[in-house]
Amino acid sequence: MKRTLFRNQLLPWLLLAPQLAITFVFFLWPAAQAVRQSFLREDAFGINTSFVGLANFKALWSSPEYLNSLQVTVVFAVSVTVLSMGLSLLLAVAVDRMIRSTSLYTTLLVWPYAVAPAVAGILWWFIFNPTIGVMPYFLDTIGYDWNHISSKSDAMTLVVIASAWKQISYNFLFFVAGLQSIPASLREAAAIDGAGPVRRFFDITLPLLSPTTFFLLVVNIVYAMFDTFGVIDATTEGGPAQATNILVYKVYFDGFVGQNLGSSAAQSVILMLIVIALTVVQFRYVEKKVAY
Amino acid sequence: MIENRPGLNLLAHLVLMLGVVIVALPVWVAFVASTHTATDFMSGTIPLWPGPYLLENYSRMLDAGVSTSGTPPVGTMMLNSLIMALLIACGKIAISITSAFAIVYFRFPFRNLAFWCIFITLMLPVEVRIVPTFQVVADLGMLNSYAGLSVPLIASATATFLFRQVFLTIPDELTEAARIDGAGPMKFFRDILIPLSRTNIAALFVILFIYGWNQYLWPLLITTSSDYYTIVAGIKRMADAVDGLPQWHLVMATAMLAMIPPVAVVIGMQRLFVKGLVETEK
Repeated sequence: MKRTLFRNQLLPWLLLAPQLAITFVFFLWPAAQAVRQSFLREDAFGINTSFVGLANFKALWSSPEYLNSLQVTVVFAVSVTVLSMGLSLLLAVAVDRMIRSTSLYTTLLVWPYAVAPAVAGILWWFIFNPTIGVMPYFLDTIGYDWNHISSKSDAMTLVVIASAWKQISYNFLFFVAGLQSIPASLREAAAIDGAGPVRRFFDITLPLLSPTTFFLLVVNIVYAMFDTFGVIDATTEGGPAQATNILVYKVYFDGFVGQNLGSSAAQSVILMLIVIALTVVQFRYVEKKVAY
Repeated sequence: MIENRPGLNLLAHLVLMLGVVIVALPVWVAFVASTHTATDFMSGTIPLWPGPYLLENYSRMLDAGVSTSGTPPVGTMMLNSLIMALLIACGKIAISITSAFAIVYFRFPFRNLAFWCIFITLMLPVEVRIVPTFQVVADLGMLNSYAGLSVPLIASATATFLFRQVFLTIPDELTEAARIDGAGPMKFFRDILIPLSRTNIAALFVILFIYGWNQYLWPLLITTSSDYYTIVAGIKRMADAVDGLPQWHLVMATAMLAMIPPVAVVIGMQRLFVKGLVETEK
């Protein structure tokens, strides 16, 4: 808290006005609209709207498509998080051993952060293109017939790889920072006590890295749930047979393509609740610094 | 490093090189594809080494684009992306730095309420409330305009938090000294706060530029006139249009052009980029 303050009463409001105005018009008002619409149902021509209470939410819970989308989202988010964080941790631990080449490797590994998710999707879509792609060609030589246009699991693998690839650089940077903040004396002491590199990694490095790991866990789940819209839309568009139709894509699809506003709004409300829950978890536990 | 183990060092180098190859692979393939002609893809697989059509493909995309897809020349789309990214980055910085100043250096009624109104936007990504936000922008007549592309994405709790943190670390003695010398709040803001937070502003700018350039869903929805297409959103329209025809070399050239500006920013300003990334998440 500041002890020295300025005494004007009007000036702070003028300074806040632009941000408050934009926040109100483009954030709070639409969010309130989503909540309102989630309790309404429009008829097929959009003329009459009636209050239906929680019917939109009930319809979602009994809709096999929504439950499928929920399941797809969980599988997708967990796969992206595990794959991306696993690879990044491996790379970060390797770079942590380096003395001279750290900055070179860092430069070579961080740039995918700047690639748009939609572009990342297009790039991997091309590599895995069943007719002209590089990967299906190699997979064919080992007897696997890759086709993400018809195979559900191939499509899921494709979007997971594209999304995880883009997130590697972000996780890598935070893991490297986390590793560097672990005092070298701890590892030296363990080495003197006769612990080998593997033992030191599991008994010292990994536990002391847990605040970073936990923070990244939340960030990656949020990324996989919301920021991967571009990857999905540029590659599979939720298909085949809804195999990659994650929640945030379904909100868009039902609202804009399906024109089912009540259902889309109810889905928006559920997603907002999920985001709020994740944000609260992050603020609660990141403050406390998870450690053993 | 604790002890010298040449075996482990070698392993670490191998792991890192493999990582670099995996990370670079899709871009290499795209680059190679963008230097060939359509007929080179007919054989069934794409070539692994660059072909001779680099300049031809890129200049064609920049000047003319693919007419059948209804997208404007890539040069136009890149200019739109640049305008959008700059408007978002500068707009966010401008409105968050003033509101952080108000929250940190003034006591006024409903200060906490104002703070919470801003805080809550942290929790509402645009994808989540996409339908009602689109309706608001449509009602305001902001479809197909640079204002519609940028203003709804400008409000940001992260930037306000960042500046709040920075201002809280600035010693009170500076404020006192400024007041004794007769400086009003705006003079203090202009001559002391802004110069002191220069590197934070630069770091935030790098992150926000990338954020703005890479926007996808929002420009896709609110631009129906091809004059306002951005490159990241336009590339998808192009890929859809050429799905039947094998024009992958042109799509990949566009993908390369969409990547170059933000990647150049990250590599060229790596120090600021890392600083910005770490600060905005704290």
